[in-house]
Amino acid sequence: MAAIVRLLLFAFLFTAPLFSLGSRNGFTINGRVKIPQGFATKGFALPGRMSNVKVILNGGQNVTYVRHDGYFSFYNVPSGTHLIEVVVMGYFFSPVRVDVSARNPGKVHAALTENRRGLNELVLEPLREEQYYEVREPFSVMSLLKSPMGLMLGFMLVVAFLMPKFVENMDPEEMRGAHEEMRGQGAPSLSTSLPRGARN
Amino acid sequence: MAIRSFFVPFLLLVLWFYSSLSPVLSLYEDQVGLMDWHQQYIGKVKQAVFSTQKTGRRRVIVSTEENVIASLDLRHGEIFWRHLLGSNDVIDGIDIGLGKYVITLSSGGSILRSWNLPDGQMVWESFLQGPKHSKSLLLLPTNLKIEKDNVIVVFSNDRLHAVSCIDGEVLWKKDFETESFETQQVIQPPGSDLIYVVGFAASSQFEMYQINARNGELLKHESAIFSSGFLRELSLVSSETVVALDSTGSILLTISFQNGEISFQQTPISNIVEDSSGPAVIIPSSVPGIFAIKINSVTIFIRVIGKGKLEVVEKLNQETAVSNALPISESQQAFALVQHAGSEIHLVAKLAHDWDANLLKESIKMDQQRGIPHKVFINNYIRTDRSHGFRLLIVMEDHSLLLLQQGAIVWSREDGLASIIDVTASELPVERDGVSVAKVEHNLFEWLKGHMLKLKGTLMLASPEDVAAIQSMRLKSSEKSKMARDHNGFRKLLIVLTRAGKLFALHTGDGHIVWSHLLHKSEACQSPVGLNLYQWQVPHHHALDENPSVLVISRCGPSSDAPGVLSFVDTYTGKELNSLSLDHAVVQVIPLPHTDSTEQRLHLLIDSDKHAHLYPKTSEALGIFKREFSNIYWYSVEDHNSIIKGHALKCKCTGEVADEFCFDARDLWSVVFPSESEKITATVTRKLNEMVHTQAKVMADQDVMYKYISRNLLFVATVAPKGSGEIGSVTPEESWLVAYLIDIVTGRILYRVTHHGAQGPVHAVFSENWVVYHFFNLRAHRYEMSVIEIYDQSRADNKDVWKLVLGKHNLTSRISLFSRPEVITKSQSYFFTHSVKAIAVTSTAKGITSKQLLIGTIGDQVLALDKRFLDPRRSVNPTQAEKEEGIIPLTDSLPIIPQSYVTHALRVEGLRGIITVPAKLESTTLVFAHGVDLFFTQLAPSRTYDSLTEDFSYALLLITIVALVAAIFVTWRLSERKELQDKWR
Repeated sequence: MAAIVRLLLFAFLFTAPLFSLGSRNGFTINGRVKIPQGFATKGFALPGRMSNVKVILNGGQNVTYVRHDGYFSFYNVPSGTHLIEVVVMGYFFSPVRVDVSARNPGKVHAALTENRRGLNELVLEPLREEQYYEVREPFSVMSLLKSPMGLMLGFMLVVAFLMPKFVENMDPEEMRGAHEEMRGQGAPSLSTSLPRGARN
Repeated sequence: MAIRSFFVPFLLLVLWFYSSLSPVLSLYEDQVGLMDWHQQYIGKVKQAVFSTQKTGRRRVIVSTEENVIASLDLRHGEIFWRHLLGSNDVIDGIDIGLGKYVITLSSGGSILRSWNLPDGQMVWESFLQGPKHSKSLLLLPTNLKIEKDNVIVVFSNDRLHAVSCIDGEVLWKKDFETESFETQQVIQPPGSDLIYVVGFAASSQFEMYQINARNGELLKHESAIFSSGFLRELSLVSSETVVALDSTGSILLTISFQNGEISFQQTPISNIVEDSSGPAVIIPSSVPGIFAIKINSVTIFIRVIGKGKLEVVEKLNQETAVSNALPISESQQAFALVQHAGSEIHLVAKLAHDWDANLLKESIKMDQQRGIPHKVFINNYIRTDRSHGFRLLIVMEDHSLLLLQQGAIVWSREDGLASIIDVTASELPVERDGVSVAKVEHNLFEWLKGHMLKLKGTLMLASPEDVAAIQSMRLKSSEKSKMARDHNGFRKLLIVLTRAGKLFALHTGDGHIVWSHLLHKSEACQSPVGLNLYQWQVPHHHALDENPSVLVISRCGPSSDAPGVLSFVDTYTGKELNSLSLDHAVVQVIPLPHTDSTEQRLHLLIDSDKHAHLYPKTSEALGIFKREFSNIYWYSVEDHNSIIKGHALKCKCTGEVADEFCFDARDLWSVVFPSESEKITATVTRKLNEMVHTQAKVMADQDVMYKYISRNLLFVATVAPKGSGEIGSVTPEESWLVAYLIDIVTGRILYRVTHHGAQGPVHAVFSENWVVYHFFNLRAHRYEMSVIEIYDQSRADNKDVWKLVLGKHNLTSRISLFSRPEVITKSQSYFFTHSVKAIAVTSTAKGITSKQLLIGTIGDQVLALDKRFLDPRRSVNPTQAEKEEGIIPLTDSLPIIPQSYVTHALRVEGLRGIITVPAKLESTTLVFAHGVDLFFTQLAPSRTYDSLTEDFSYALLLITIVALVAAIFVTWRLSERKELQDKWR
């Protein structure tokens, strides 16, 4: 029996990876994890290094690792609908639902659960790369200005140099009006507008 | 007017600047290791194989009880690579094939894998099947070849397989027809093409099969009957002789099967050992010519001379571990013995055929807290003078792993930390007066220099050397690992209890072990099994001179009704203050919210007969307890028959265990779930020490909702009995999940919801007035997370300000849980991508800071997810007011943002639990995740709003101040000059 299983297994490995009829108590699911070369230039897993690719069936029922070519197998899986998860640092893989049934052995029925995309063969590819760290923005004058200290300086400069210019350029008539208004209000406009702004 | 019209855009500009400061919750790569630490372990070593070829690095391959296979550096003990196999894929055997492949047999002998030795890449995997379950044995004969192919001989599932070492192809296999044949040993005599399979059939029949190793052909099958039966253990003394014990354990049987003829030789133990009493046990070993038996606690080594003659060579009274034999030359085999003697261990290496000569005899001082040696593995090397040197790998009682060479410990690994069963946090000592603050800020110049470097770093002007200097400066900061409390409460001790029964205190600053303590074995209890840790005494205010202590509850033996043992351990020093052997079992422990005058917490221990025992046993404690007598309620869960019962205290114990501190319990209520449709899978309550800042929740429309906050709420999840298995075993129609909220004082079910087509496992967390639980949705075939929030309606009419002013509110009225609570619940569900191993929630000192869920995913990472994503008030189109309140538009699945993994690019291999401890600083919480690895970090769920961040640039602040002062002077001078000019004009 086991020889037949192996034979089947090999046959499927080189055609389309899928599951094969096992012996009395289960099926074998064969699949492949593929990390495209386009990915993984700066990621955490180097391309071609598959030693830490973990494949998990049904949330931890079975755990296996992939071979150097990315192939993996789960043995002795009962019929039903199963969930396969791939864990590789630096990549986001969608879990995959795989239907295993005695009725149509050898036919792949698998779909990504994240986007419900069906799979013709059980080749699992990452949906995207994961970057775990914030990227430090390169130094820019803006970022310095944005810091509280920069704002302090900026504000001071504006008040010290721009304000007099404004006041100078103003019409004497308007100036007098503004003075009167200020006197009438009794409070400078800055203090009235600040708390409202700060609340936002 | 113009002034105003100028100011408004300016203010807007300022505001825009502020709002554009993006809320960075995550980490920059250069901040790794500043506030977090990560430690990798492997667990207690079961088997070790050395790989010490001349080329390449020296390694030792180990398999452990945590189901890890790892390659360790023999020089330093570091991990080269490591794989954690699944929990039902237990490793049965490991070996090295062809010097470059690690072969592992696992899953009860069903899966044979080969790993590349240098990098741990899997090379091939073979699935071996057989007729029935049996012992699994892995054998790698060194010089057995079939068609130039090295062969792995595997006996598993009652079938003998020969597997190719190159590609895992099964070359031949052989079944054994005999009914009830139990294989004990598979022997391959070196240099021959034969394989012997020996074992027992029925209870008194010895069977021997001789098989051609080249093709699996059965050459001979012999059996012999020994009337008084066998004990199921064999010791191999040569390739054609084994030693067994008869069923009474008093007669040694030397069984030889030379040339296929079985012959027995009986030797009563009393004939060779004078004062033997009690039955003997064979210690499994494979030293040629010698085997070991154990009678009571005495280890006896017996040599087989010639034809079945036995001779005692040594009797050892101490705990002894024996290694397997190691061939050191063509004809010589060596083995090692390790004996425990007080504070030392004695190492002896001997040649198998010459007992009296010692190749090595050394004594090494050993930390008493490591206990006795459990296992020893031997390896040799050739010294420069061509003599043999030996290195020994020792596994101790506390699961630590040590390499001994030339009378010294070369390295040690604390692998007990791979199996933590409970964690609690403790404060560090207060810094004493007189002891100067560490010389960190020794002088202003150094300090300024450091900050100038940092400034250079932020301005991207630093050279690579500068960057390295900055990094080391940040990582080194000695403040971090100081042995005293800090203002922010970041420095604490994590007290962990491991499966080996050892307590460790880890410093939160850098994770170093402050002290460790192996629980003492007493006369009454030989093998205590640690169960739980509780905070026994947390002194503050008036009892500050006392040291805090923890209570360790352990059980004397494996069964659940074995008597308990209490140990009290000082958390500053690690000394055991007191140890009590109880005369009752400990089924449940209830820490009460009361302490006595020395700040000892009252604990109620429930035994298997439903009696409650109060500790500490003092009259003061009893007095406090009497006052609260009628207010103590607890519940018990009977998993197997799906019943939850509520209990209260009745009266003093009656009957034989009459003791002042013992009380009888009465059953108050019980919730019986229909066993044919519901099975309890998860029960969760709130953490006892959780702080809630406010009961009121203000809605966007100035409305107020009151959270229903009760310590007596229990979340229960039940699943259909059919759906309690693995995913894929049921159809959506026959599986469901029911979630309940139960009040544990009255047994009232406050809320019940059924999820059709859902399945466990259920992971849940309860905090404040909400529960979040994770389960599997079979219809969508995705994981789902649900949230239930519960609000108190009886206080809803307190919204009127006038009522509050006039004192007509009911906020101060007493609440009795027996009155029917008016509650409303809200719930919502979302999809979640990953399987989950553990869920926790952040906890802060005052409970003001918003909460984050910490989700331990199947990839052994910890994801921080804001509680705002699990808010039942989320809707697809939130109104403007709701948006302002911070409600996120509803999406069908929860977002996974890679930057919000608190474990960043690390993995907490084999994650089991996540613990959060509040720091003194309100914004910050300490997170400890444990599994096979340990990970610790600080988290600020709403950013550190109450302190400056670590990367705050003091130098920039100084420069700004200087610049401002300079500007003031400049403008002052300018204005003076202008004034002067004006006056001249």
